[in-house]
Amino acid sequence: MNVTLLDYGAGNVTSVERALHRLGVGSTRASTPEIIASAEVLLLPGVGHYATLIRALDERALRQPLLAAIRRGAPFLGICLGLQALYQSSEEALELDGLELFPGEVRALPAKVKLPHMGWNQLSIKRSSRMLANIPADAYFYFAHSYAAIESNSGCGCVATCTHGAEFVAVLEKENIFAVQFHPEKSGAAGAQILRNFLGLAA
Amino acid sequence: MSLARRIIPCLDTDGARVVKGVNFASLRDAGDPAALAARYNAEGADELVVLDIAASRDQRPTFLETIRRVAAELAIPLTAGGGIRSLDDARAVVLAGADKVTVNTAAVARPDLISELSREFGAQAVVLAVDGKRADGHWEVMIRGGRDSTGLDAVSWAKRGVSLGAGEILLTSIDRDGTQSGFDIPLTAAMAEVVSVPLIASGGAKLPEHFAQVFAEGAADAALAASIFHDGVQSIRELKKFLAARGIEVRLPCRSRASICRAGKRSNWCADDVASSRLPMYSACFKNSRNTPGCT
Repeated sequence: MNVTLLDYGAGNVTSVERALHRLGVGSTRASTPEIIASAEVLLLPGVGHYATLIRALDERALRQPLLAAIRRGAPFLGICLGLQALYQSSEEALELDGLELFPGEVRALPAKVKLPHMGWNQLSIKRSSRMLANIPADAYFYFAHSYAAIESNSGCGCVATCTHGAEFVAVLEKENIFAVQFHPEKSGAAGAQILRNFLGLAA
Repeated sequence: MSLARRIIPCLDTDGARVVKGVNFASLRDAGDPAALAARYNAEGADELVVLDIAASRDQRPTFLETIRRVAAELAIPLTAGGGIRSLDDARAVVLAGADKVTVNTAAVARPDLISELSREFGAQAVVLAVDGKRADGHWEVMIRGGRDSTGLDAVSWAKRGVSLGAGEILLTSIDRDGTQSGFDIPLTAAMAEVVSVPLIASGGAKLPEHFAQVFAEGAADAALAASIFHDGVQSIRELKKFLAARGIEVRLPCRSRASICRAGKRSNWCADDVASSRLPMYSACFKNSRNTPGCT
């Protein structure tokens, strides 16, 4: 198996590459429509500003090939911004359209708590899921974000939430589309198990 | 269920080797950065900071190589800094594998640097390091590794840094640094009261009680220390057990996994003891577990 890492020029893809490598899986960085369109397994890592990611997808003409690959059933994993991009829009850049694979808008976490939501937090599991197989219920994952798919707006696909000021979608799973708000590549052994689950589903 | 308090070992390097001094002076060699990073990753550190305290221009490639070597050992976040004066400096550090960059002296000299970094990498990747020293009823910002005073008030400066786009404050007490007499609780508490971003307290840690105090009374979100971890004075695992027993929420990966693994007949086994090469045992263990929470 080879995982195609969507490299849009801003996210730190190195740590994801390394995490996959530790699990014995090869990966290739890709930033052209042709490679994305024909990808076997797709991973969209994301860190930074929502607008940077969405603009890069459009400027590089990656939006349609990405959506086409997902529609033909290629297993897809979005990380952090890679989860947020799947919704219709984000409060971080309202003028831009998200990938619209899930209904709802990504919102800023409420300012009553310290932001960014940065550090290790636990999940509240909503329903059984393949992505969370073999994950202890009290496992911690590393989060670093200020915007989130706040649960009430999230619509379908949510299998686990996390709470920081508000409850938000932490794990999404629908058919071949998987996404996590935390960073599995920086979440120690529990994060490695998430990646392993995804790779198992993609195999 | 809430955000766990973080324990962060810090590697002060001369670019290539880990060094540590008392009150930012009299440096001594404390080991290989990559070897220490691997140890802390396995012991349950929540994050790692690596600093180039020499920060000389001609040593820069050496430091970037150190970041690469350290990042390769980690499955936890990495912050790097020391001598970052421009967007290009920061980009080099991020490309080498750092998740966050920390700025100090250069941000005091040119506060817009904070905004530039925040726009480029996001606030979550920008850590403003504030070195504070007590002076006439407040704390003054010190720069150049605690050598020069600035006249700035540490709490006001941190607040300004946050408004410019810093996503985290790394607060070091110059009075306490290297003394092992405990964190500066009044300084930490004053800062925590005012800043709206996570706060990392640093300087003066030795005993587990010091950490309990900085979380409970100082309201820090994370605590950073260097030499006590390097010298083996304090193990991260034991420290976290101590804090958990005091009711402070910390990430204790061993607790749940050890019980789960009893079903898999590996009751004394702990996930974070396991280096990446032994990860297959992790799943084998879970496979044998008949009652894994979270996957009913």
